[in-house]
Amino acid sequence: MSDAALSPPEVTRELARDHGLTDEEYDWIVDRLDRTPTFVELGIYSVMWSEHCSYKNSLPLLKTLPQEGDQLLVEVGEENAGLVDIGDGLGVAFKIESHNHPSAVEPYEGAATGVGGIHRDIFTMGARPICALNSLRFGSLERPRVRYLFDGVVRGIGDYGNSFGVPTVAGEVYFDDAYEGNPLVNAMSVGVVEKDGIASAAADEPGCPVYIVGSATGRDGIHGATFASEEISEDSEEDRPSVQVGDPFQEKLLLEASLEALKAGVVAGIQDMGAAGITSSSFEMTASSGTGMDLHLDRVPARESGMTPYEIMLSESQERMLIVCKKGREDELQEIYGKWDLEAQKIGEVTDEHRVRCFWHGEVVADLDPSHLAAGEGAPVYERETERPAYLEDTRSFDAADIDDVPPETAADALLNLLAAPNIASKQWVYEQYDTMVRTNTVVGPGPSDAAVVRVKDTEKGLAVKTDCNGRYVYLHPRRGAQIAVAEAARNVVCAGGRPVAITNCLNFGNPYKPDVYWTFSQAIQGMGDACRALDTPVTGGNVSFYNEHPEGAVFPTPTVGMLGIVDDVRASVTAALQNEGDVLFLITPSTWMHRSEIDGTEYLATVHNRTTGDAPHLDLDEEVAVQNAARALIGDGRVQHAHDVSDGGLAVTLAESVIHADGLGADIDLPGADDHRLDGVLFGEAQSRILVSVRPGDADRVHALVPDDAAAHRIGTVTSGGLRIRVGDDTVIDLDREAIQTPYREAVATAMTAEEPADGPTG
Amino acid sequence: MTFGVVVFPGSNCDHDAYHATKHVLEQDARFIWHQEEEVGNVDAVIVPGGFSYGDYLRSGAVAQFSPIMQDVVRFAEDGGLVLGICNGFQILCEAGLLPGTLMRNESLRFTCKHVHLRVENDATPFTQRGQTGDVVQFPVAHGEGRYYADEDVLEELEATDRVVFRYADAGGTVSPAANPNGSVNNIAGIVNEAGNVCGVMPHPERCVEDLLGSDDGRLIFESMIEHRSAVAA
Repeated sequence: MSDAALSPPEVTRELARDHGLTDEEYDWIVDRLDRTPTFVELGIYSVMWSEHCSYKNSLPLLKTLPQEGDQLLVEVGEENAGLVDIGDGLGVAFKIESHNHPSAVEPYEGAATGVGGIHRDIFTMGARPICALNSLRFGSLERPRVRYLFDGVVRGIGDYGNSFGVPTVAGEVYFDDAYEGNPLVNAMSVGVVEKDGIASAAADEPGCPVYIVGSATGRDGIHGATFASEEISEDSEEDRPSVQVGDPFQEKLLLEASLEALKAGVVAGIQDMGAAGITSSSFEMTASSGTGMDLHLDRVPARESGMTPYEIMLSESQERMLIVCKKGREDELQEIYGKWDLEAQKIGEVTDEHRVRCFWHGEVVADLDPSHLAAGEGAPVYERETERPAYLEDTRSFDAADIDDVPPETAADALLNLLAAPNIASKQWVYEQYDTMVRTNTVVGPGPSDAAVVRVKDTEKGLAVKTDCNGRYVYLHPRRGAQIAVAEAARNVVCAGGRPVAITNCLNFGNPYKPDVYWTFSQAIQGMGDACRALDTPVTGGNVSFYNEHPEGAVFPTPTVGMLGIVDDVRASVTAALQNEGDVLFLITPSTWMHRSEIDGTEYLATVHNRTTGDAPHLDLDEEVAVQNAARALIGDGRVQHAHDVSDGGLAVTLAESVIHADGLGADIDLPGADDHRLDGVLFGEAQSRILVSVRPGDADRVHALVPDDAAAHRIGTVTSGGLRIRVGDDTVIDLDREAIQTPYREAVATAMTAEEPADGPTG
Repeated sequence: MTFGVVVFPGSNCDHDAYHATKHVLEQDARFIWHQEEEVGNVDAVIVPGGFSYGDYLRSGAVAQFSPIMQDVVRFAEDGGLVLGICNGFQILCEAGLLPGTLMRNESLRFTCKHVHLRVENDATPFTQRGQTGDVVQFPVAHGEGRYYADEDVLEELEATDRVVFRYADAGGTVSPAANPNGSVNNIAGIVNEAGNVCGVMPHPERCVEDLLGSDDGRLIFESMIEHRSAVAA
């Protein structure tokens, strides 16, 4: 390639196809330009019109999501991340993004650079990241390859975040064969910015110099955005060079220098370089500002000699930013970056002509209208064909009557099986490898809580944050499954003492050109919109990741939700650990039901009966709102000692976890007779909208008075110093000591990972 | 009392040490940039945790050569109080202010969790507010925290009561199960011969507020403050 600058390959329809452009798209380009694009221009079009950058197959549907709210400070899509007003003159920037494909072939660097990328999205807005979360999906831990991927991803997230110095405070990990070969790695960052210090990706003023700051540009990650827009195949291993390499130390310097430069007021506009590097940052800034840029690519500091303009425009080298400097402040800008041992190199300037022109030693190698490249403007937009997937016929025909109900005498065994299931068992093995406390704001970290709580220094407030999505539910009922993802994330925030305010989403799906995949995508978007409207939590932004497929098929559709909540008095946050012997336990449910029989889509059905089928669990959004309001009223009254929602594994697991998280306490539970309900439905059913709380005995009488009529509070037991005992009607169905439930829960994942050392190497 | 908190590129517990001393313990505190040549008018220097210069070579190996570390050595030799936390402990060992070294954790993994420590010597400026045998709870967060020294050094450390903290269980029993990283003799913190330089692998600055789960870390800072006021008086 080294002489490609002198003699770049001839641009043809075939070459365009190799770049992932359809013939139709290539024709539009030629029509628009009225000439054949140069090789550099073809590269630019291919990344800007890739799924990853253009959202070409998702934009019309994304626009149906509720995107407005009183507390939002920027419009969706206008800046790098959503921004929510939390009062006290502060805003919170937050966003989740996928790094699935890189992690599938190079788990360590793929996950690490995912973390780096999402933090840059936050600090490019002037916000200092204060915590990170991640949402991970893998195949079965029984396979060595999966253990290799899981281990690499966890180390990658840990090494990057730990060195960067931002605590990883919450997240989720699910394992299912559906993710075999195509793990999901979604990383979320949350940052705090003073409202008058919000930075913008603007390039408004012609004549302002344009700088590239941070790391030098290398050949890593070329065509990463395009790679992310294809299915993973047998040949994907060959794409390992498309995976970037992360350097958290450089990122830490870039963070400190950039925040210092913003504070000094020398920056007119700033944009991070994520996917598609200089290309996306320059084209996005000028497209939104209605201006242009002249860029001299030969001035870009290169990591190696002989790089071509094509490679420089498409490099995804990490830890770089594009900055528009205020006129006359250039020396200060360079001084600040120099103080942090970083390069700040002037590579061009903002122009008033709406063109981005790239020069190579004075010669024009690209000259394009940024609007033609930008998502939602000139970039193509498609609404794909939809078709209800055939598998739903089969899963919906499931009849629970074909499965024998759990007999009372084996209910305890079923519970122990569930507690040892990797989807339910403690993820301590994971989160102890993350620094969960650096920056001393972590009030409630991973483990004994439904959501993490991070204080905001110099205020009374905290942020309650959580990611959620049960992909199995979405697979079985895309619309309701996505509703549940939002509802559960909000419920988790409520259980921690927070008020849900907004979400970011990461939509992980298969190939959008397959009508059944697109149908699930469109249904899930509808479901997400339903729930966000009901819970008044607008969508502030996020990321779409298509092509999550492998030779055996698509992953479970997984629209991950990252929920942000505000805790008005951080000292009043609540955990999922029982607190005092003698406390009274209440189950908050919708007013019309307490038990349900369904076992569809549950972890119980998957783990104990090895079936992934049926419908998604019951959810009615009106009921959900009523139950969350009731829990908020109770927690807001200041009497709630612990709160934990009913989710994976059902009520029995919720009770067991409340005991496991507690320090030497147990629970004695009396549930009303199941009557015509299935016992496994009562114990392990995952019907939504239920929250377990405990209060001091003296406060028990207040509970009913505080719960509104559309919800009900059932007094179901007391906190003891013993183990976990559950009676249903006259039958004692669970009677286990603390250690019996703690041991499988605490050890399952670590045991799976140490049974045999993870194979090292990509082919393991 | 004035604490100086050294800031290297890659330090990430610098703000935590500053917050703990300035806002929680309500002392004077200031940052000292790694390129400064003098620590200035401070009563104690904190070398904080993090990944100085990225720590890609060996933890603390580059930081020891920074301009400021030359003056920290001078300050220590003049009797000034120096506290190295986590990466700071590694740097003090590399700089020769403390004996031994910190190796990769036995698990070969980063580990972050709350651990218990037994106070082994209450007659140092870093522990004088506690009592020998007290059990405190601090968080650890490190990948390279396994203290190691050769037998002669260990013998001397033990014989002269220079081990100030040891990993223990909640009841104060020192055992392999209570050791998070494989440190020799469960060593979590030591002082130099003169007693004015202390290195600890766990993070006292992360546990000075009840809101964050423990305020046991006050022991170290309050001891330093008490020591300073006794000297000043």
